[in-house]
Amino acid sequence: MRTKFFILLAVFGLASSAMLVTAARPAGGTITGKVTFTGTPPKMKPIDMSKEPYCQKLHNPPIKTQDVEAGPGDTLEDAVVFISAGDQGSSSASTPVRYDQKGCQYIPHVAVMMVDQPLQIYNDDPNAHNIHPLPKVNAEWNKSQPPGAPPIDTKWDKPEFISVKCNIHPWMHGYFVVLKTSHYGVTGADGTFTIKDVPPGKYTLTAWQEHMGTQTQEVTVSGGAATANFTFKAMPY
Amino acid sequence: MGKFFAILLIIITLVSVYPIVTHMWWMPEVVSAHGPAVDHQLDETMIGSGVLFITSQFVLAGFIWAFGNHKGKIKNWPGGHRPVVAFGIILVGLEILSLSFVGSKVWASMYITKPDLNALHVDVQAEQFAFFFRYAGPDGVFGSIHPDKINDGSGNYFGLDPENDVAARDDIVVGTLTIPVDTPILLTLHSKDMIHNFYVPELRIQQDIVPGIDIPLHFTATKTGKWEIVCTQLCGLGHYSMKAYLQVMSKPEYDDWLKQQSGD
Repeated sequence: MRTKFFILLAVFGLASSAMLVTAARPAGGTITGKVTFTGTPPKMKPIDMSKEPYCQKLHNPPIKTQDVEAGPGDTLEDAVVFISAGDQGSSSASTPVRYDQKGCQYIPHVAVMMVDQPLQIYNDDPNAHNIHPLPKVNAEWNKSQPPGAPPIDTKWDKPEFISVKCNIHPWMHGYFVVLKTSHYGVTGADGTFTIKDVPPGKYTLTAWQEHMGTQTQEVTVSGGAATANFTFKAMPY
Repeated sequence: MGKFFAILLIIITLVSVYPIVTHMWWMPEVVSAHGPAVDHQLDETMIGSGVLFITSQFVLAGFIWAFGNHKGKIKNWPGGHRPVVAFGIILVGLEILSLSFVGSKVWASMYITKPDLNALHVDVQAEQFAFFFRYAGPDGVFGSIHPDKINDGSGNYFGLDPENDVAARDDIVVGTLTIPVDTPILLTLHSKDMIHNFYVPELRIQQDIVPGIDIPLHFTATKTGKWEIVCTQLCGLGHYSMKAYLQVMSKPEYDDWLKQQSGD
């Protein structure tokens, strides 16, 4: 819950800074919507953490893999919706994004940040982690954090969807979504997202989900609220 | 000074023999069917080499006692040094040969004898830095392995292809080696990345896992309980944390566990 709060905080922080930048422009509109799927998604597998007894004890019953976080009503959590074309005036954000290694899990599972936005990676566990992001466009690295190690301060230079793994705990998996725009939303447990303070205009909106891929659609914002829903096609395997 | 060193040598010999003879630091309990034979073999090795060790230390101490303070050359060994060296080499050679001859029976029972036809087959994947275990599931058939499909993040540690391979769909993958007691077990060991090792001291089994080779290993656990499986090949920064557990259950408990796993 705390980390959700942090995401929200980051989102609000970004949104409010964007507001300052665009203060001279007409009042921003809001894009809201829902990301859902049709069909049967793959069954998520329970994660056996018995090699790390501390983490195993924390999760009873065991948590499951998070490739597809389906909610009631076939909604999708942790999908990222962002303006991929037609966006202007989004300067880089300075609020650090917090990424936690906690209970042998990456929290949040998907962390969204802007290019050059500070990223802080914490190890909250009494055991070591070795975080290993796997970028293809940005530079690849991995860093060990023994228990009590200071956070890693870093950032990404180029926009990319970066898969993240832990070199010590094979099941740990997450994503860094690095965007050029500050206009993005991440779907919550109910599959809904909100992108605030979008100046009036015509935009291309992209929805990304790690397993389902991406979808785009055009959306026009004219001061008030605009709606954009995405529906992915799910396959059981 | 010579007598002092002779006594010191005897004391060192006795002190180092004591913990072995009394089993002060001995191996952990044995929980496998072949384990007692391994222990017996180890006892024989210890007795054989122990007798040689003690004898040679006492002979050495005797010479130091007698000639420790002697200045200059003592005497030539009758017949020259060659027969003595030859005798020593033959004695140690015979010792080692007879040990490996006697021990080959135990070795063969683990590595050359074929596993029981009805052995429960479990597939093992070792990777930096964990072990994963795969059961065939209700259909009794393992899905085939495709290394390119391995995806740790989504729990596909073995590289199964459930989309195209029906047999893979019900395979059960867990992080604890769960087996029934008194049942022959056949493991096939794979490594995803580099050399690892499957070591359970209580089973008296230590087997390297080499990438690119499917290594069979069979045993029967004779006691219920939980023991550690550790990697004993230095395999990287997380090597110290590379372990799993061996959970030996009674047959009914195991059946329940299996049903629970496949029902999930």
